[in-house]
Amino acid sequence: MEVTITINGEQVSRDVEPRQLLVHFIRETVGLTGTHWGCDTSNCGACVVLMDGLPIKSCTTLAAMCVGHEIRTVESLERSGNLDPVQLGFHEKHGLHCGFCTPGMLMTARALLDHTPNPTEQEIRTAISGQICRCTGYQNIVSAIRWAAEHEAATRQEA
Amino acid sequence: MQTPAPFEYERASSVDGAIASLQEHGAEARLIAGGHSLLPMMKLRLATPAFLIDINDLDELSYIEEDTAEVRIGALTRHAELLESDLLAGHFPVFRDAEQVIADPVVRNRGTIGGSLCQADAAEDLSAVCAALKANVVIKGLDGERTVNMDGFYIGPFTTAVGADEILTEIRLPLRQGAGSAHEKVERRAGDFAIAAVSAAVWLQGGTIADAGIALGALGPTTIMATRAEELLRGKAPSEELFAQAGEIAKEDCSPLPDGRGPVDYKRHLASVLTARALRRATARALHQEAN
Repeated sequence: MEVTITINGEQVSRDVEPRQLLVHFIRETVGLTGTHWGCDTSNCGACVVLMDGLPIKSCTTLAAMCVGHEIRTVESLERSGNLDPVQLGFHEKHGLHCGFCTPGMLMTARALLDHTPNPTEQEIRTAISGQICRCTGYQNIVSAIRWAAEHEAATRQEA
Repeated sequence: MQTPAPFEYERASSVDGAIASLQEHGAEARLIAGGHSLLPMMKLRLATPAFLIDINDLDELSYIEEDTAEVRIGALTRHAELLESDLLAGHFPVFRDAEQVIADPVVRNRGTIGGSLCQADAAEDLSAVCAALKANVVIKGLDGERTVNMDGFYIGPFTTAVGADEILTEIRLPLRQGAGSAHEKVERRAGDFAIAAVSAAVWLQGGTIADAGIALGALGPTTIMATRAEELLRGKAPSEELFAQAGEIAKEDCSPLPDGRGPVDYKRHLASVLTARALRRATARALHQEAN
């Protein structure tokens, strides 16, 4: 079937099988490999992307179900050479080691800060509770998201 | 890689259209909403529908509304919306208790109340919530609507009263005086199925329990109504001793299976403790001794 999905602001049309999962559509059909494919069972959260601004697990969504919706992947965070504050936060606070969970963590962090600009530590931990990191022990990820929140608040004040 | 077996896909643009499509494709067709129960089952070939009808565009099934007699929830309302609803938390705090521990926040952006009930997994929290609140559900088919109470909704494991060419459209929660409710769950980690869960509701009248609802999750082949425990409570003044007795009955009347989440005696122990806890919190809320 022919599907047209908006990915990172661009309309993408492809002929796919109805059973194709969104994560494979993004990675293999479109070729955006920033989104990672991990557990296949909606447990690990490596595949999280934003659908109409909300984080979803792209391994448990059909590409066909996304027709008419806006998908945002990790590739959309950096704009004209400038990293998104959540990316800077992960850099500053060493929020990753192997990097496998990072694309999903970044997208959930972005959605969290879009809806809750000044989250508490508990709110951050709840937001990422459906995502698994086997390297950091989460502490640095929480610090990174806090850093991004503070950085964005400071930027807003300057503006 | 886990990918579902091939199927044909169609997007419904109306409830009647979805029903007509179910009728046309027979037992081979399934509705899909959030897909967080059905797609994992399709990946494992536990479900192999030849035809999927996507109902995510049916905005008319997404609402939480109140009138004088009841609160009505559209079947396509997502977990995240149920969690955030102050209307629901005000009348039935059991919903927010449960929604905070259903799956994880990302999954809650997709999963729906209708999907949860129709999946009919005994470990599913909203089934216990709706059973304890003595909800009625509206099922629509070619011949019109019918209403079924939660007692008659579960026919067996993963099997409900919703027919092959019918669709669950609405959940109705009766508004009654003196209500309090709570949900208690023990799970190994965020996003896991419950080891055991209990939903309880009480309706107080002049210092006694006029009616009670107790539903046990993950403690048998389907969601279990602890009817003997409910009967014990009716007409009595709430007390710690009474809650403990109700817990003991729940412990006897559940039928858990041993699995990786725990042995039978542990699960029965949880049935007893969680029943007493849920009743204690439900009663405190009915007496306004605890903030919702």
